[in-house]
Amino acid sequence: MDIVSIRDLSREQIEEVMERSERMIPYARGEKASKALDGKILATLFFEPSTRTRMSFESAMMRLGGRITDLGVPSMSSISKGESLADTIRMVEVYSDIIVIRHPREGAARLAARFSSKPVINAGDGAGQHPTQTLLDLFTIKRIKKDFNKLNVVMVGDLKYGRTVHSLAEALSSFGVELTFVAPAALQMPKETVRQVERMGGRPKLTNRLEETIADADVLYVTRIQKERFPDLAEYQKVAGMYRVDRRLLREAKSDLIVLHPLPRVDEIDPEVDGTPHAKYFEQAFNGVPVRMALLNLVLGGEL
Amino acid sequence: MKEFKVTPIRNGTVIDHIECGMALKVLRIIGMADGGKAQSPVSVLMHVPSKKEGWKDVVKVEDRELDPREVDKIALIAPKATINIIRDFNVAEKYNVKMPERVVGKARCSNPNCITNQNEPVEPEFVVESKNPPVLRCVYCDRQLDDIAGNLL
Ligand SMILES: Nc1ncnc2c1ncn2[C@@H]1O[C@H](COP(=O)(O)OP(=O)(O)OP(=O)(O)O)[C@@H](O)[C@H]1O
Ligand SMILES: [Mg+2]
Ligand SMILES: [Zn+2]
Repeated sequence: MDIVSIRDLSREQIEEVMERSERMIPYARGEKASKALDGKILATLFFEPSTRTRMSFESAMMRLGGRITDLGVPSMSSISKGESLADTIRMVEVYSDIIVIRHPREGAARLAARFSSKPVINAGDGAGQHPTQTLLDLFTIKRIKKDFNKLNVVMVGDLKYGRTVHSLAEALSSFGVELTFVAPAALQMPKETVRQVERMGGRPKLTNRLEETIADADVLYVTRIQKERFPDLAEYQKVAGMYRVDRRLLREAKSDLIVLHPLPRVDEIDPEVDGTPHAKYFEQAFNGVPVRMALLNLVLGGEL
Repeated sequence: MKEFKVTPIRNGTVIDHIECGMALKVLRIIGMADGGKAQSPVSVLMHVPSKKEGWKDVVKVEDRELDPREVDKIALIAPKATINIIRDFNVAEKYNVKMPERVVGKARCSNPNCITNQNEPVEPEFVVESKNPPVLRCVYCDRQLDDIAGNLL
């Protein structure tokens, strides 16, 4: 079984991942120990820098008693000698039981899955999919809010290029969540995603005014606007400071509004928010570990 | 009595009911675009009324039959086309082009950042989401293929 796109999982499987993730929490915290993946080796292939995703996969594997191997310094490895990804995969699959890959090109994880007889988990392929992020976002919302139904989720920031928001929006709408997309016109949610959400019965609202959406929101999902996406600095600066989540904005919010962010943040969430009960982004980051444990356990088997 | 806009051909192939404006792309597929392999006359009718509906293009090639690979590519840009094989001035065989469920190795992905546009030992592959109009989605990067005609291999 490979996990390349969130669409590879049925709704039942997503629910199962969330149940398993809940059971993983004491193990993820180190309060309980497990040997479920004793003797198993996870290969992490990160062709692009990542701290959070890589570390949480490694931590997840080790918390389940498994081991890790990686490519080492990329410049020292065969990749810099021009080896194809297909060949790298054919080599790595004989050294490991499961492969986690992050790659700058879209479709790289699907290609890896086709060449590998061992399971492959996509940890981000260019501007494409990042299913484990989607699952940990879903888990975080479910865990705090208990029920998805009729929840009002506001997504704000770079909704056009931010790879996590597209699959999250689709997944949330399949659970009956109401969605509002807040972004400047140039960075609004792609039409294809909006259409997909509508096909699942959702009626997303699109706006560029965050203040107007905050009072009704149950979840505020904030993403970073990336400088790299803009042809010139002036254009970037025009939109970069547009949305800033601070105490003043949150005065209008419901007392149980939660603020999430895939991190790292720059200045879209003021650090003064960190100490409020709304701030759940560090809990969200921690949830990366139990969710990835649940996935490793689901794919590789083994008793807790 | 048939009404011919061009001289009847004795043997060859008539590609009929081509989507208006696609005739030159069909010529490119069959290798006739710049006179390339053409050893015999090719005639093109563009924007002629169709008995079935609206307007169409027609391509007539003398002394030549198409190979299946060419027909498969024509299906991608002209899903309503019919192939008529002419023998001794008559339509000896007629069939519709057929859009497959999957398109493998016939078009490149229009996403420049797709892994299939790197040096990988794979053929680009698409699932057909809609046959008419043709909508293809890359099985690797999950993007919809824009400009099918311009990305044919
Ligand atoms: N000998 C020929 N030389 C050139 N073109 C021909 C010849 N015979 C037929 N055609 C062309 O081939 C196409 C198919 O011919 P056919 O007689 O089957 O027409 P049709 O009954 O209108 O078919 P359809 O239902 O496919 O439109 C028409 O465009 C016709 O003009
Ligand atoms: Mg006719
Ligand atoms: Zn592609």
